[in-house]
Amino acid sequence: MSNVDYKVEVLVGLEIHVQLCTRTKMFCGCELAFGTEPNSRVCPVCLGMPGSLPVMNKQAVEFSILAGLALNCQIPSFTKWDRKGYYYPDLPKNYQISQYDLPLALNGYIEIPTDNGLKKIRIRRAHLEEDAGKNLHTAGNFSQVDLNRAGTPLLEIVTEPDMSSAIEVRTLAEELQRIVRYLGISEADMQKGHMRFEPNVNLVITRAGQQFKTPIVEVKNLNSFRALENSIDYEIGRQLDRFLETGETMEMGNKSTRGWDDAKEVTVLQREKEEAHDYRYFPDPDLVPVRVNEQWLNEIKSRLRELPSKKRLRYVKEYGLSDYDAGVLTNDRTVADFFEEAVKAGSEPKRACNLLTQIGLKLANARGCAITELGPKAADIAQLAQMTQTGEISATAANTILEEMVKTGKAPRELAEQLNLIQKNDAGELEGIVDEVLKSNPQAAADFKEGGKKSGKARGFLLGQVMQKTKGRANPKIAAEILDKKLA
Amino acid sequence: MDKKIDKSQVKKVAKLARLELSEAEIEEFAGQLNAIIDYVERMNKLNTEGVEPMAHCLPVSNVFRDDVIKESLGTEKTLANAPQSDGPFFKVPKILEES
Repeated sequence: MSNVDYKVEVLVGLEIHVQLCTRTKMFCGCELAFGTEPNSRVCPVCLGMPGSLPVMNKQAVEFSILAGLALNCQIPSFTKWDRKGYYYPDLPKNYQISQYDLPLALNGYIEIPTDNGLKKIRIRRAHLEEDAGKNLHTAGNFSQVDLNRAGTPLLEIVTEPDMSSAIEVRTLAEELQRIVRYLGISEADMQKGHMRFEPNVNLVITRAGQQFKTPIVEVKNLNSFRALENSIDYEIGRQLDRFLETGETMEMGNKSTRGWDDAKEVTVLQREKEEAHDYRYFPDPDLVPVRVNEQWLNEIKSRLRELPSKKRLRYVKEYGLSDYDAGVLTNDRTVADFFEEAVKAGSEPKRACNLLTQIGLKLANARGCAITELGPKAADIAQLAQMTQTGEISATAANTILEEMVKTGKAPRELAEQLNLIQKNDAGELEGIVDEVLKSNPQAAADFKEGGKKSGKARGFLLGQVMQKTKGRANPKIAAEILDKKLA
Repeated sequence: MDKKIDKSQVKKVAKLARLELSEAEIEEFAGQLNAIIDYVERMNKLNTEGVEPMAHCLPVSNVFRDDVIKESLGTEKTLANAPQSDGPFFKVPKILEES
């Protein structure tokens, strides 16, 4: 059967949980803290004590609306809270506060770069909910519970099944990470579990003019881009094999849940009780609805900033940077802002880009700090770039000087002088050196003059000799001009 | 009137709510739940056309607090009422099914 021709189309939808970077929890004033003493950031509300009442964190609601706007969603004027049945000890209320039928944001989209240009992935909805605490499994016959995380605001974003490969899903997840970081609504630190993914995967297989859909699989709780991409790739292969083997297709109720085994790189079926999906949502009587009027919405809208995808395009168009450079610079808002500041202060965009991407980012990474924390200000970068632009120093020297600026905190010109990196721009002086080089390399000079194949190589050699004689300080442009004139 | 809720449905609902009920209780709650359903059915006969569904019984919305840290209970107080604890953690029966 497997040698019959067939065509496979992959359908993936994604649920993403994003932890918001508010100071306090969603419904109480407990501090959001990572890695503090277990159960130290807990109060009667997170404990689900009788008589305690949740009160909405305004910042979390505004962060979510801001995300909804950035994802091109409609923001309904009325939303409410629901209880979702939940029976694990990491949420002691026995329910999770979430939003069921009236979420904060609806019907948006996100654009991701693909080989065929931008692709629109529809966003079905985005809603706010509270996170659970943590169950820790011990060697003994019991579990430990830490409720510090219980009640943390989570934004759940649900896409339509518009993605057709694992790499598209990864691209979307990475774009979303950039967006929430740009908006300043989440640190989106994967290591701290700030973003968790649950892809829904199935295939449409066309064989002999007939279409077959494989049963949908939801892969639970992935917390890295790598696991997200690999688990989907694995599922695509597994579902195709299974279909070719058994012919099983999608029916009501045969959706299943699988976990990702990171070590073995396989998905594993998770056993679930039949009624596990019966969450029995109902409106939470403890929380009043949220009404979003135009004035409030406009106020939140005014906090929207240029998003990374737009910035990327603008860098290419306005600054003439390559797609790659624009991508590197806009990946992190701090870097993009710093770059733009340097350009405003007088640097050519390409110069600032090279200094920041080739040296700045490398040094910042090595030190584990932001590029703004390296020491040099954007104005210093601009000055250094200008020195290159006027030919005072070479591009290579600029890189060396930037490294020294970070090390010593000294100004660019001072370092250029101290390190003897000021270029020889004096045509008269350079002419003498060129003459010397020509005299001691008559064969190369002849080759160059002759033209043809050997000419380019000879020219390069002669220029190299000039650079060597001046210990790299000859302005290569001026030296080349003199050389060309002499041998024309 | 027909019984809309039979004993097996009571058992299912009880299971979903993690409640353990005796046979007598199942019988009793089946009767009570049927009475509730009957009442809702009576209300269903009302004409509610043009009436907006009510999401909350209070005519209030947007009750917020500012994102300001308040002191938590701290680990010791948090665990004070726990039936069992293990160091700074609550101690609970082993969780077999994770979802």
